[in-house]
Amino acid sequence: MIADFEYFAPKTVKEALSLLSQYKDAKIIAGGQSLLVILKQRLVTPEYLIDIKGIAALDYIKYDEGKGLRIGALTLHRAIEKSPVIKKHFGVLSEMEGNLATIQTRNWGTIGGNICHGDPAGDPAPVFIALKAKLKLARLGGERILDMEEFSKDYLEVALDPGEMLSEIQLPIPPPHTGVASEKLMVMKGDMGIVGAAVSITLSPRDGVCQDARIALSNCASTPLRAKKAEKVLIGKNINEGLLTKAGEVASEEVDPPADVHGSAEYRREMVKVFVRRAAIKALERARAA
Amino acid sequence: MGELKELRLTINGKPYELKVKARTLLVELLRNELKLTGTKIGCLDSACGACTVHIDGKAVRSCSVLALQVNNREVTTIEGVADGDKLHPIQQAMIDHGAIECGFCTPGMVMSAKALLAENPDPTREEIREAIQGNLCADEGYVKYIEAIEIAAREMRGGK
Repeated sequence: MIADFEYFAPKTVKEALSLLSQYKDAKIIAGGQSLLVILKQRLVTPEYLIDIKGIAALDYIKYDEGKGLRIGALTLHRAIEKSPVIKKHFGVLSEMEGNLATIQTRNWGTIGGNICHGDPAGDPAPVFIALKAKLKLARLGGERILDMEEFSKDYLEVALDPGEMLSEIQLPIPPPHTGVASEKLMVMKGDMGIVGAAVSITLSPRDGVCQDARIALSNCASTPLRAKKAEKVLIGKNINEGLLTKAGEVASEEVDPPADVHGSAEYRREMVKVFVRRAAIKALERARAA
Repeated sequence: MGELKELRLTINGKPYELKVKARTLLVELLRNELKLTGTKIGCLDSACGACTVHIDGKAVRSCSVLALQVNNREVTTIEGVADGDKLHPIQQAMIDHGAIECGFCTPGMVMSAKALLAENPDPTREEIREAIQGNLCADEGYVKYIEAIEIAAREMRGGK
């Protein structure tokens, strides 16, 4: 089934980074909930597997009123789903996790593993883009910060340089009067979205005009996609029903969705209209209530 | 490559010291090496949940875990659920309530239910449904399983 590999289980980030820079044909495995699928299919056949699941130092959720939320790369989906502090301050993440695969997957899979896998259909990436997340990428002797929206390069390809690994996801506190929501088209609960949309709307406290908007889509391209033209439909305006519908329509023109067994490109385009609108309606309600 | 790695773990309360190939999946270890064939393989693809076991009390798909990742952990399989010849209330309820048809999904269903009730002894029907969302049944699924789990939960709470 799975092709043979040499296996390492480092206990610290430094050890892991050493191994990564030492062995060129190496893949990192965390929970393996994405990687094992493609290992079994032999889509990838790394010579070396670096198992970082045992690095306890990367499993944490830290919240600070000023700095925001910091999530260690090895935090379980289930921990994010159930975290009281995330439910309170970043509720959209708990919601997203509650619809991510199944409990069994969430009990072992990690948030870092999910986004490093780079599946454009993945649920977390668009939500992180909507939340303006930054990623901390570690390498021997240093680290760098990258915007979440710069992270995806192509289908299953992310912007990790050789010798680099994701160590932390950083989420700034959203400005006041911000609402964020995510919606996806699922046949069964837990499926990755046939399409998915995450929307963030920030309203001006003075006059309720939309100060900022982010619209990020899953499964509409080879990477998670920001629908920037659709965002511009909302920014600077007093948002009404018509504008939400228009945003959905503009977003559907920005995408180049795949056609596969779950849906044709045309169907996905139609569904972008629906799900951008649904997520935007919820985000707007939340922004007004905030 | 292909050399054997040491693995120490507890399975159903019993300690094991093993040597396994790194590419061995937990379900392969359980079924092929240790002959604990109660855990079933329905898909091998993380889709069906028939292979569900507990790792440190949490329900996980054993087809989607490398055996070496459970080093120093506690694994519980379906074989560890009954108390000798005395069935667990969850198992008994599933039998009595007619939830079991071909029985292939049943071990996974029991493991998911058991994990739920350990965390939440008085679940709502919605919570039960969520707990077995990752266990596919191609026969009667799912009403009788849900009802049986409700019955078992009540039984485990002392009949209330």
